[in-house]
Amino acid sequence: MYTDKVMDHFSNPRNVGEIKDANAIGEVGNAKCGDIMKIYMKIEDDIIKDIKFKTFGCGAAIATSSMATELVKGKSINEALDLTNKAVAEALGGLPAVKMHCSVLAEEAIKEAICNYLKDKGVDIESFSKCDNCCRGN
Amino acid sequence: MSKLIYLDNAATTELDREVLDVMLPWLEGGYGNPSSIYSIGREAKKAIEESRQKVANAINARSNEIYFTGSGSEADNWAIKGIVNANAEKGKHLITTNIEHHAVLHVFEYLEKKGYEVTYVPVEENGIVDPAGIKEALREDTILVSVMTANNEIGTIQPINEIGKLLSDHQAFFHTDAVQAIGNIPVDVKESGADLLSMSAHKFHGPKGIGALYIRRGVKIDNLLHGGGQERTRRASTENTAGIVGMGFAIEKAVLNMDKTAGAMKNARDHLIDRILNEIPYTILNGDREKRLPGNANFSFRFIEGEGLLLFLDMKGIMASSGSACTSGSLDPSHVLLALGLPHEIAHGSLRLSVGNDADSIDTDYVIDSLKEIVAKLRDMSPLYEEFEKSKSAED
Repeated sequence: MYTDKVMDHFSNPRNVGEIKDANAIGEVGNAKCGDIMKIYMKIEDDIIKDIKFKTFGCGAAIATSSMATELVKGKSINEALDLTNKAVAEALGGLPAVKMHCSVLAEEAIKEAICNYLKDKGVDIESFSKCDNCCRGN
Repeated sequence: MSKLIYLDNAATTELDREVLDVMLPWLEGGYGNPSSIYSIGREAKKAIEESRQKVANAINARSNEIYFTGSGSEADNWAIKGIVNANAEKGKHLITTNIEHHAVLHVFEYLEKKGYEVTYVPVEENGIVDPAGIKEALREDTILVSVMTANNEIGTIQPINEIGKLLSDHQAFFHTDAVQAIGNIPVDVKESGADLLSMSAHKFHGPKGIGALYIRRGVKIDNLLHGGGQERTRRASTENTAGIVGMGFAIEKAVLNMDKTAGAMKNARDHLIDRILNEIPYTILNGDREKRLPGNANFSFRFIEGEGLLLFLDMKGIMASSGSACTSGSLDPSHVLLALGLPHEIAHGSLRLSVGNDADSIDTDYVIDSLKEIVAKLRDMSPLYEEFEKSKSAED
């Protein structure tokens, strides 16, 4: 039911772990539903220098976390905010329909982390046009 | 992958080679319709009746109380809908438990929509229903009580003899889904007093697509399938001769060898339970430690989710199942695990290992060692575990 790419990112996930001195952290999902994604970023000059994740969830949740971190690593926060769940799913060669919500969670986790970073910096989120889709949970 | 270890015998079992051998003549040449008068029809009919006797013997019933069905689910549907439809004038109240198989539970939910009233008696924390709870739920207008003999997920053995006893002077019919029990523990309809009992051949190394319903003589029940006069006019459909013959052979063999196989299964199960509980921290055994099927071990590993566990086990050649939502296609984890009072996040991390009649040859230590490694790996990735570890070190 999973593509080879999904299985690869599930069994050898990239960027697993924690960044001790992260300046951007985003956590989405809840344990009751069986999915939690936590993203740690080290952002310097608005560039995502380093990114790590921890995920509680199914194979697709782990694979989408891994892929999403790969897709935004080294990118500017502006570019990262353009990440869509579709792009994550496509990069994995597709996801079963019942697992698409995992890719949504991955997108949200990335944006949540950036949103928290911007807020910490005192940026007015409302005026930050790229941030339409982030900070939804706040 | 060097070896394959099948630990999902509660889902289905491997067709026994000897069972296949007795079935083949009925697929390769013995095609006669058992209702036909000529020789090849009569031979098929005779084989079916011999098989019916074997199924009856296995549960201490008479052969004219055994009706073959297309599956265990059909047997459950027939028992419940058939009793309700034939006895509606006696009442509209039904009783079951909250850990039944979906083939029972969803029938009751359907009947609720049709205007029946259903009491779902909750099980205790150990996954066993208290007969006193059934007694308390009984009403004058109760027409059916359905309690499984043993649970498919956590393997707990239900007190059906006690429940049968307390129903002996009540109008309610007593149905038990014995699909998981047959071939694993003794099943005796005289002892339990069950009026109806469901079984399924593929759970005891028989073929898929064949089951049976025991209906005690004199029980008033409607047909589920209407049509031809097969199964003494109670279940229309041309008989699945090969399946029926296979089921008869498989049940006879399973019951004959039960002491030996159940002993080996218990050894393997106990080894799995003992080592896993000892060596993998934050692990719970789901279901009563003693009153469980000889082959069933069901765990919850905290902080992780079951699907990842199954995928990693599969990479190591180990086949098992989980009650997590991700493996069931729904948002909620298994209703059985929730019935034990487990919080959702712990129910998501469940694993069922069900040992079969090849228990002697299973390398349980390989399974346990693999599991230790996988659980540790998933916990390393889990934000829940990270949080737990941090709060623990903050306390220290």
